[in-house]
Amino acid sequence: MSPRLYSLTIDRERCKGCELCVDVCPRTVLALSPKLNSRGQHYAFVTNPASCIGCAQCSDMCPDAAIEIDEEESAHA
Amino acid sequence: MRKRVLMNGNDAIGEGAIRAGCEAYFGYPITPQNELTSYMANHMQAHGRVFIQAESEVAAVNMVFGAAVTGRRAMTSSSSPGISLKQEGLSYLAAAELPSVIVNVQRGGPGLGNIAPSQSDYFQATKGGGHGDYHLIVLAPYTVQEMHDFTIDAFALADRYRNPVMLLTDGRLGQMMEPLTLYAGRPQKIPAKPWALTGAKGRKPNHIRSLLLEDGALEQRNLHLQAKYKTILNELVGYDEYLTSDATVLVVAYGSSARIARGAIDQARAKGVKAGLLRPITLWPFPRARIRQLAGKVRGILVVEMSAGQMIEDVQLSAGDRVPLAFEGRMGGGIPEESAVVRAIQRLAKPPQRSARK
Amino acid sequence: MSPSRKPTQASRRSVYHRPVSLVNKPTHFCPGCGHGTAHKLIAEVLDSLKIREKTIGVAPVGCAVMAYYYLNCDISEAAHGRTPAVATGIKRCLPDRIVFSYQGDGDLAAIGMAETIHAANRGENITVIFVNNSVYGMTGGQMAPTTLSGQKTVTSPCGRDAHTMGSPIRVCELLNTLDAPWHIERVALDSPAGVRKTRKALLTAFKGQMEGKGYSLVEILSPCPIHMRLSPLEAVRFVKEGMVPAFPLGVFRREGKPVA
Repeated sequence: MSPRLYSLTIDRERCKGCELCVDVCPRTVLALSPKLNSRGQHYAFVTNPASCIGCAQCSDMCPDAAIEIDEEESAHA
Repeated sequence: MRKRVLMNGNDAIGEGAIRAGCEAYFGYPITPQNELTSYMANHMQAHGRVFIQAESEVAAVNMVFGAAVTGRRAMTSSSSPGISLKQEGLSYLAAAELPSVIVNVQRGGPGLGNIAPSQSDYFQATKGGGHGDYHLIVLAPYTVQEMHDFTIDAFALADRYRNPVMLLTDGRLGQMMEPLTLYAGRPQKIPAKPWALTGAKGRKPNHIRSLLLEDGALEQRNLHLQAKYKTILNELVGYDEYLTSDATVLVVAYGSSARIARGAIDQARAKGVKAGLLRPITLWPFPRARIRQLAGKVRGILVVEMSAGQMIEDVQLSAGDRVPLAFEGRMGGGIPEESAVVRAIQRLAKPPQRSARK
Repeated sequence: MSPSRKPTQASRRSVYHRPVSLVNKPTHFCPGCGHGTAHKLIAEVLDSLKIREKTIGVAPVGCAVMAYYYLNCDISEAAHGRTPAVATGIKRCLPDRIVFSYQGDGDLAAIGMAETIHAANRGENITVIFVNNSVYGMTGGQMAPTTLSGQKTVTSPCGRDAHTMGSPIRVCELLNTLDAPWHIERVALDSPAGVRKTRKALLTAFKGQMEGKGYSLVEILSPCPIHMRLSPLEAVRFVKEGMVPAFPLGVFRREGKPVA
């Protein structure tokens, strides 16, 4: 079986930079950006997409519903 | 001829509410309005409607809030100390423009007071009572028939103006029995309430709010309310007159006091004093213009109340300083004597005496 | 780059998407505040039970009041603490709608305790969502009925003293003494597993209401980083290590029967 790929989308305008997602991710997929969103808040971003296992712990913990996750059809050709 | 029945005032209110299509009643025991709560307990469920004996007057008025939110006709009743507890709810009902009916069968106050009839909640009913710039529509029945009829009117007015309506009565009218004709007309047509919360099926969600933090939103809400109150002032003023056309002394009294005043006016006329009665039916809006008009024609105005004198302030505002104003009333559950009212009328009828100069 | 609400390609399978019952705009809640999570979970449950269009929420005074900005269903405000009474009025008039109240600890367990107990005792067929974050949030971090012993707040600056300020009120245990409630459960937003339990508890409660089972209450231990004076991560830890020992998690009432 080919490995599953997950695409993780973070709505940076919803994100308030609480870092609960960063803390809970078992694979260090997420990090807090040094950049600011339009509301002046640091936001989480995907730093290591290939490591995502789609466990959804980040989206569960996110108080701002800023994270959405999709499972991609196997990317292997 | 229509059938007459004998009922006490509290029951007459209850039957009026049922015939007006009141779908939900929430009460809490307090004398002297208990007959009404038990009438509703006995009859609402039989009609498949909602009756709850709430855990407090506070809860009861907030259950009315909830029922009104759904667009249903809802009512609560209590007596003075319990009405004080409902003031928070009344402010919220007025702010959210929720049609609702509140009955105050007044008793002596302040504090726990006693259980005798009184009219000392006039200020509370007509001037606010709760916080903020708001008004209740206040109706004052003076017979058991009117207790019944005005209850039905109250529901219609509440819907028409999206405003809480108070029936301001007292323990005497609540407890006394009189013959009356029950409303036998068609059930009232309840206006559409597109603002009601019914589940946002096929439409945008509705919200019932009184917290308005957006810049200027609360001022807008207040301006809207004041415009509505102005409409009510223009459209709704109600009063009744008795022998005012040739009166030299005008008596102003409502509810139980008006009954006493009427007897006193007959007595005074038998003694040669032409007295007449103006009985406000709507305490808010108050019949200012008519009183101002009559004030120009009489030698004096006597206000009779079962209080230290509360409505007299509105009479004063209406009449101005053109005529002498006198007050006859009792407090703490006392009922003014007809003879005392007659004497007060006679005093006003005398031409003013110049006080001796030193 | 706002994400679409549904996977755009047929080749994708959704793992997690924002519920449609949640209005698509950022909340005013502070970073790391549990209210956002609670709102999200309610919206998810409204979605999964397909009841958004027949649901009426009641939101009282406090941070909870803004629910109408974020939940895409009919919502009424209520005066502080009167939420269960308002919910009772709504539900009795519209018994086939789904009615929930969303209350904080001050609203539910201080000023509104009478309404809370009596709605539960009547077995009103409503769902009460009780967000317990151990402080008054909107007014600036005052002591709540659920503030822990020794916890410092702006009105217990030396820590809550049980002798003069009382001990934290355990609402689930209190209501579990009544005959009528159908489901009472305490959960915590202290971990992804806690969030999932919360989602499940809400699902149970709303489902029970749909089936006419009666009163349900879900108490959600929730972080309030600002007024706990902690970072969001520390606040979650405080929920786990401070609040959970004082407020044991679990189902207290299942199917109308106390859980031993």
